[in-house]
Amino acid sequence: MKTIKTCVTALISALLVFSPVAYADKWSDQFPHIKATGDIPGDCSYESMSKKNYKGKTLKINTHAVPVMGEPTALHAEQFAKLTGAKVDVTHTPAGDLYAKAMVPFQAGQAPYDIVFGFSNFINDWRRYLEPVPKKYVEMKQMKDVTPSHIGVASWDGVMYQFPVDGDRHYLKYRKDVIDNPEYQKQYKEATGKELRVPQTWKEYGEMAAYFNNWDWDGDGEKEYGSAEVMKKDDLMYAAFYSRSAAYSKNPKTPGGFFFDLETMKPLINNPGFVEALTDWVEATKYVPPGGINFGLGDEIGSFGGGQTLFSFSWDDAFVAAMQPDSPINNKVGAAQLPGAMKVWNRKTNSWDEGFNQAPFFVWGWAVGVAKKSKEKEMAFDYLCFFANEANHQADIGIGRFGVNPFRNDDFKVDVWTQIGWDKDIAQSYVDTLAQMEQSKNRVFPLRVPGTFEFNAALATAAAKALAGQLSPQAALDEAAKQWEDILNRVGKDNVRKAYAVGVAMEDNKQ
Amino acid sequence: MNFKHKFVFLFPGLFVLIGILIFPIIFTIRLSLSGWNSYTPEMNFIGITNYIRLFTDDPRFWESFFRLSFLSVTTVILQYVIGFALAMMVWREIKFKRFFRVIFLVPMMTTPVIMTVIWRTFFHESLGPVNDLLGGLGVKPILWLSDPIIAKFTVIIVEVWQWTPFMFLLLLAGLLSLPKEPFLAAAIDGASPFRKFVYVTFPLMAPISIGAIIIRLIEASKIMDTVFVLTSGGPGTATETSSFYIYIKGLREFQMGYAATLSFTYLVIMIISLTIIAKVLTKLMIKE
Repeated sequence: MKTIKTCVTALISALLVFSPVAYADKWSDQFPHIKATGDIPGDCSYESMSKKNYKGKTLKINTHAVPVMGEPTALHAEQFAKLTGAKVDVTHTPAGDLYAKAMVPFQAGQAPYDIVFGFSNFINDWRRYLEPVPKKYVEMKQMKDVTPSHIGVASWDGVMYQFPVDGDRHYLKYRKDVIDNPEYQKQYKEATGKELRVPQTWKEYGEMAAYFNNWDWDGDGEKEYGSAEVMKKDDLMYAAFYSRSAAYSKNPKTPGGFFFDLETMKPLINNPGFVEALTDWVEATKYVPPGGINFGLGDEIGSFGGGQTLFSFSWDDAFVAAMQPDSPINNKVGAAQLPGAMKVWNRKTNSWDEGFNQAPFFVWGWAVGVAKKSKEKEMAFDYLCFFANEANHQADIGIGRFGVNPFRNDDFKVDVWTQIGWDKDIAQSYVDTLAQMEQSKNRVFPLRVPGTFEFNAALATAAAKALAGQLSPQAALDEAAKQWEDILNRVGKDNVRKAYAVGVAMEDNKQ
Repeated sequence: MNFKHKFVFLFPGLFVLIGILIFPIIFTIRLSLSGWNSYTPEMNFIGITNYIRLFTDDPRFWESFFRLSFLSVTTVILQYVIGFALAMMVWREIKFKRFFRVIFLVPMMTTPVIMTVIWRTFFHESLGPVNDLLGGLGVKPILWLSDPIIAKFTVIIVEVWQWTPFMFLLLLAGLLSLPKEPFLAAAIDGASPFRKFVYVTFPLMAPISIGAIIIRLIEASKIMDTVFVLTSGGPGTATETSSFYIYIKGLREFQMGYAATLSFTYLVIMIISLTIIAKVLTKLMIKE
């Protein structure tokens, strides 16, 4: 009898001790996507969602095309449907049409979709049609881990309208195997008299890119090039231009606006800082791969991720794609903040301030909200909460094509990345880069004002004309500034100022 | 006699006509007089403000229109010449005539967007096979999509490839319907093939040629998918056409009122210019 009692006690103890493991396995067996972590307990975990019953209800989602964001949306929709009994219809839409596809029914007072995916800079146009994220979700543990920058990006004047599922910023990616190669360091020093190192300024970036352009520096029998950049008009190229402009134009001594002078609402995009950046960019057309002037984001990811260039800068995707196990440059890349500049324009003194300046760009990224007119709001928020739960999030950020990038403090831990096969020093450089950007006090946030699309499109067209040699950088930006004035007059200066002030407060570290 | 019942039979057709033609045009005109955009989502009335903006402050629209004129006229001329040559070839008694007739039609049967994606891959300057092939022959890479002038010709190549079969089909149908007597008379007179073409075939084909050219001009003037996929209007604005520009204003920037102004103005210009072109072609090609 004593033996039986001992056995039963041991069995119960073992079950208690190993229950988290058994618990994790239970869900990862059914859902292999989370096999690395198993389910992680939380308000929106697999376990919690399995207790919901949405049988007989339908959730309609409009998201991006597969794979970027479209694939995780569909995957988590399928999982959510299995767990809750809901029917989930997912519609995939090209990036360029996401805005209009939601905006047309919004303006007509309809809600064909309960959940709409878009970009975070849609917030000002969309917020009147979106349901604010309910308090219970805002106060959840998983939300508490979201960085303040990304809470700010998802919110407007303190109200969260977009459920954080992605975190975006632009940073530099470089070929570590080249920059750290002593042979090349020596060769570069002899040829240029300068150090080969992670470029500190855009000028250094240009010099190194030009040197490593159009020859086979990795010995694969094919020519490599200096840099892959998003230069194609209407394909997010304005974001690349803002990244190149921030160091020359975001002066910590002159708060009160990067795109406009908040006081006068005069566009600043044709000041010497922006012109210097565009001049650099025109120069960059000489060290991009053939046809690089027509590269969209997909081309940039493919080019750098495929080992074709020394440098690249944009969203995380190219870096994560380069670090995939099947990538030809797996564990051969490094991350760093966007290069800086040795001078920055001071619009108060109308002159250059000499000295090193660096300004991270918290570019817009994927965002998602629930339609105010949706009849399934609770289910919709539960889906989004499930999408971004700890287990899904950890699995998603390691898959380059998903487009889900770090936005939680936990993401900035080296272990998260070494677990998926990254070398420790690369993981360290990656998380350090992201963390430094979070800590910077000289950040630039995307333009989120009424008419954002018009402003960005006008700038993109002008910059594209300069890249194509149709206009000089100064003439192109003067043209863009004139168009910005016209847009301001159409939209109303005060309307734009009021909205712009929200972003400026974040840039000036007042929020 | 009571004719009223006849009108009952006319109503369905009239209803469809109003529904699919008259209403959208009237709605577009009304929309063009409004400032509907992302921040003013309403059909307000702003008079002719949008038209003033178009005629005084939008050189990009007019540049895109003249670019479109160049692209559409060039592509249609090339399609006509090549289409006519191919139709003449299979009109004669040659081996595998049926096979060639089918083969020549294949490009038209493919989906334009998908074929343009394939062409874009072909012409990709660093990864595409065309430059690889030229490299093998010692020719330097050509900037098919990123040189402002060459990119226009790349668009023309794709358009000509895609739509020449349509011209071929119409012209072949025309050739097959021609009466035999004029050709017999020319043969009895000992006319050379060249004279037969100039004095018999071409004049007899003039009416159908004009029809084919006008149909293709109407289609070519709406060129959008090729530009969208191949170059997105770039580099810069080098290949931006009117329809692509209107798409950007309407569905990218959500300036619905202004895009309606552009659309209506474009419609009026096209009706006038195509009417003039048809008259000129008739005068030039049809001798009384």
